[in-house]
Amino acid sequence: MSDVHPTIASIAPRVAKGEVRAETLAEEALARIAELQPKLNAFITVTADEALAAARQADKDIAGGRYLGPLHGIPISLKDLLDMRGVPTTAASRLRAEHVARRDAPVTARLRAAGAVLVGKTNLHEFAFGTTSEDSAWGPARHPMDPTRSPGGSSGGSAAGVRTGMSFASVGTDTGGSIRIPAAACGVVGLKPTWNEISADGVVPLSRQFDHVGPLARSVEDASAMFDIMRGTAVTALDASPLRGRRFGLLSGYFMDRLDEHVEAAVLMAVDQLRRAGAVVMEVTLPHAADIAAIYLHLVLADAAAYHAKTLEARPAAYTPNVRLRLEMGRHVLAEDYVRALNGRRVIAREVEHALEKADALLLPALSIPAPPLGQATMPVKGGQEPVRTAMLRCTQPFNVTSHPAISVPCGHTPQRLPVGLQIVGRLGQTSELLRIARSIEAALDAHA
Amino acid sequence: MTIEQWLEDARMDAFRRQLPDLATLLEGLAKSTAALRAAEWNDDASGRAPIDGDKESQ
Repeated sequence: MSDVHPTIASIAPRVAKGEVRAETLAEEALARIAELQPKLNAFITVTADEALAAARQADKDIAGGRYLGPLHGIPISLKDLLDMRGVPTTAASRLRAEHVARRDAPVTARLRAAGAVLVGKTNLHEFAFGTTSEDSAWGPARHPMDPTRSPGGSSGGSAAGVRTGMSFASVGTDTGGSIRIPAAACGVVGLKPTWNEISADGVVPLSRQFDHVGPLARSVEDASAMFDIMRGTAVTALDASPLRGRRFGLLSGYFMDRLDEHVEAAVLMAVDQLRRAGAVVMEVTLPHAADIAAIYLHLVLADAAAYHAKTLEARPAAYTPNVRLRLEMGRHVLAEDYVRALNGRRVIAREVEHALEKADALLLPALSIPAPPLGQATMPVKGGQEPVRTAMLRCTQPFNVTSHPAISVPCGHTPQRLPVGLQIVGRLGQTSELLRIARSIEAALDAHA
Repeated sequence: MTIEQWLEDARMDAFRRQLPDLATLLEGLAKSTAALRAAEWNDDASGRAPIDGDKESQ
């Protein structure tokens, strides 16, 4: 399987000049999907006819001088949580198998207005309530480098599809890490913006206070273009700012204590490369980091249980068993503990803000383990074994709790060639600045690859 | 409600609905709830200030 696929930034100028036809790109993406779907199960619905029609229209418009920008004629996929007019939004659940969206989600409409060619809806962990994409009514999504492994989740199909050329980018959602986890696992870029920066209307919720919508792409530049279009602003060029003199806080303690040894080595090597490029990297800690998992759990469980209460009572067997059990668990969270968790959320948010007072951004792993085998309950980390869900959420869920923007950028591989992601966390409301920093870091890491 | 009482009630509910695997998950949630309740930033009506720097000791 070829692992080299062009970025949007590299292909878009050729599409704009008519050197490459949108119809050709769509045909290639759809052929790729057809070739890899039996092995990777990255898609739930493929919208081939609609994609080809949109691609042909894009070619006509571009030939007629009506070029809309970098996404015009580019194949893009949507996690099957987002509404796309006339297509089921299944959330990977039998509960919603017959649902058909009556209108596009605002994000979908913006992508269409930018000329994107929507190739289909990607597979995910049912209702986004998991980190492995293995509990899906359509069967598990699989890792592009090793189909016996998870691609991460819950936006696993999106990440696998972007990595393997099924689409140039995808739209995912991230409630505890569901964009950044599969991005790190599959070796692509995944951005969780500041909370509420991109509309979550028309997106099936998991926990509205933690849900974020964001792009998965092959480069930071591509993620930036997707981000601009998805939030409804003009695409601005991503000028990478120099790393020399930049100050980064490397989150240590809780975030580095229980890592896979190869993930740790790759992340520390990446940090060393940034230092050699002139960045100042100092160690920082969050004093109450160990409380984050309990804070997150009580809030997300109760939020999800409230959303699913009616169908848990009416049609419990329509859920996959593991997801059903976790939702049932959420119905037992007491109000007093929910309030405690809300209070704890404010404490953690202040600690992250404090850590960012002396740093332009924070650094830490995106995923503390490499992509786990499907069905695995625990994974080895420094200090012993860690439950897979705990390990996968450890480094990402804090920034859903605090709403800070965070991006995962590929930074190396394990000896088994499984990707490792470096997570970069920016200031609240400054996602564009985070993207500029991430672009510089990406360039520095690419230079040493 | 103490965690012990909560867990007993929750486990009974799980077994009553023939969901024994839920009972196992609830034990994990109980541990997490215990950790949440033990956090030093929790409120204390006796007047001892939490670590929240925005509030003054009463």
